[in-house]
Amino acid sequence: MSQLKYALYTGCTARESTPELLSSTLAVAKKLGIEIVLLDEASCCGASHLQDFDEFLSLVLNARNICYAEKLGLPMITICNTCQLNTVMTKERLDNDPEMKAKVNEKLAEVGLEYKGTSSVRHFLYALIDDYGLENIKEKVEVPLSHFNIAPFYGCHNLRPSHIHYKHNTPLAPDSEIGEGGGESSIQEVELMEKYTHESPYTPTSLDSLIEALEGKSVDYESKNKCCGFHVDLQAPETSNALSGTALLDAIDNNADLMVTPCPLCQLNMDLKQESAGKQLGRDIELPVLHMPQMVALALGCSKEEIGLKFNVTKATDLM
Amino acid sequence: MSKKTVTIKAFRFNAETDYLPYYKKYEMEVGKDELILDLLNRIKWEHDGSFSYRRSCRHGICGACGIKVNGKATLACKQNAMDLVELFGDELVFEPQSQKRAVKDMIIDKGDFWEKHAAVKPFVEADVDPHPTSETIMSKEQVENFLDADYCIQCGACHYACPVIEVNEDYLGPAAFAAAYRFTVDPRDDAGKERLETTAELGSGVWDCVKCFECAEACPKDVNPIEKITKLHNMQFEQGVAKRNVATKHAEGFVRSIKKFGYLDEQDIVLYSEGLGVVKHLSEAFKMIKAGKVHPFDIAKKKMPRSKNLDEIQKLIEISQKNEL
Repeated sequence: MSQLKYALYTGCTARESTPELLSSTLAVAKKLGIEIVLLDEASCCGASHLQDFDEFLSLVLNARNICYAEKLGLPMITICNTCQLNTVMTKERLDNDPEMKAKVNEKLAEVGLEYKGTSSVRHFLYALIDDYGLENIKEKVEVPLSHFNIAPFYGCHNLRPSHIHYKHNTPLAPDSEIGEGGGESSIQEVELMEKYTHESPYTPTSLDSLIEALEGKSVDYESKNKCCGFHVDLQAPETSNALSGTALLDAIDNNADLMVTPCPLCQLNMDLKQESAGKQLGRDIELPVLHMPQMVALALGCSKEEIGLKFNVTKATDLM
Repeated sequence: MSKKTVTIKAFRFNAETDYLPYYKKYEMEVGKDELILDLLNRIKWEHDGSFSYRRSCRHGICGACGIKVNGKATLACKQNAMDLVELFGDELVFEPQSQKRAVKDMIIDKGDFWEKHAAVKPFVEADVDPHPTSETIMSKEQVENFLDADYCIQCGACHYACPVIEVNEDYLGPAAFAAAYRFTVDPRDDAGKERLETTAELGSGVWDCVKCFECAEACPKDVNPIEKITKLHNMQFEQGVAKRNVATKHAEGFVRSIKKFGYLDEQDIVLYSEGLGVVKHLSEAFKMIKAGKVHPFDIAKKKMPRSKNLDEIQKLIEISQKNEL
């Protein structure tokens, strides 16, 4: 395997309230010999809220982020489902709509940039599984997670809408195929099973198989592909609490010792709001919620500082 | 191998006679070209004549035969059965779109759907000359603006796949929003502002969308309702309908943060959006401080990360921003 090298778009959360996400991601990459270049020029993806306010502006800013990966000639990886979706939605739009691409590039030209469409954009979860490979990860396990029942919580923005994800979160195309930049088929032309082959939003498997590769027991429960409600947390906390609380209780009722998610927004919501969700639903909720890279870092024997379990709000330090 | 033995586990319930619903299994050989609707028919015709479901057109246009198969919103007459066997294995679970609205087997009371659909005026409202002398001509672009939203057949797949519908009875839902969008951008229509105001309400309107994309996944006609929801959000700002509230300030607040730091200022966005309402987040703020996620003195010192080349971001905002609150 030639050395893997990616441009990492961290998003905001990993630089602010979830420092443990960034440190564990970098620790995992170091352990596995994956080279990471931080995209320090990148801005916030808008998290779907900027998209609600000013869609055009969100396209310009996200295109700029991708430009910096393109300048490095590297595939971009993300460590947040919402960053992933908003970045690939921008990519889809620009690669399929030459008029919009021209409008965005007209703005980018003012700061000396051009969006070409030459970098792929994928979540770190899929880079680990598809590029590095589960078999290779298995060989690197130093601390098997065999005494844990782990509930995978996939997070909406890595699963839906599948008509977009199936083109991006799939295995890295060989160099010869990268650089085309677009020419994708429209939503209507895609066969159902084609969209679901890599990861089905109804029967997702990636996180489960990663857990199994680290020798943990993956918990099968209905809420694994459901929404945590994060995006309405300010204006509709009851909705958010009902959704996150239901998923947490579902995991607990299926004997989970901990939950793991590739999305820091899910992680924040599920980790931080357990008390208020529990109050609303009338049951005590206590379940450690780990970022996907924290779980991998645990199994690879990374250091306590790198894994950063002390930053998890629901006590997780006992897991080490 | 053209046929496969499949077990169908069907939700059975008669609201008039049953205290609780139950599941009944039917085993059958399924061929590669059979639709879910064929299997519904075969349960009724070959096993139990009392099995109930809605069906009519059989070619994906009446929207009557929506059910859930293993939790997946499915229009029975459009969905190949073998595809779902491939996806879910050889036990298919047939359930009504909403179990809490079940009337008999697959049949639900869809009253909430129709009531919410009607609330957005899903028709062109216009002063029409009863004796027109010429046609109303629409440009290709004008038609394309709403064409995919016009494919909606009101099957309810998105509505009953939406988790907000499950927990908030006021929420109008993705189908109603797609309809609101479709008629608001129709150049013949005069009720756009009213629809935007209806869908801007907190609690029932688009701001309560959790952005889970279940609706986009569920729609058998590729209407992509959440895309229309995003357009309605933008139109509220473009047409000056948006009122300053926690949700609109939250959306606009992203620009405020990105301008300053490139990143979103996670603390400021809550303070700015909530105003005095921020007090209800104090216990969470305390938890975050305790875990070392947030340092109380950072708030005052503004120890925020900054994107490199922030001047580029600021310039792009200056020349690209279209909407204001």
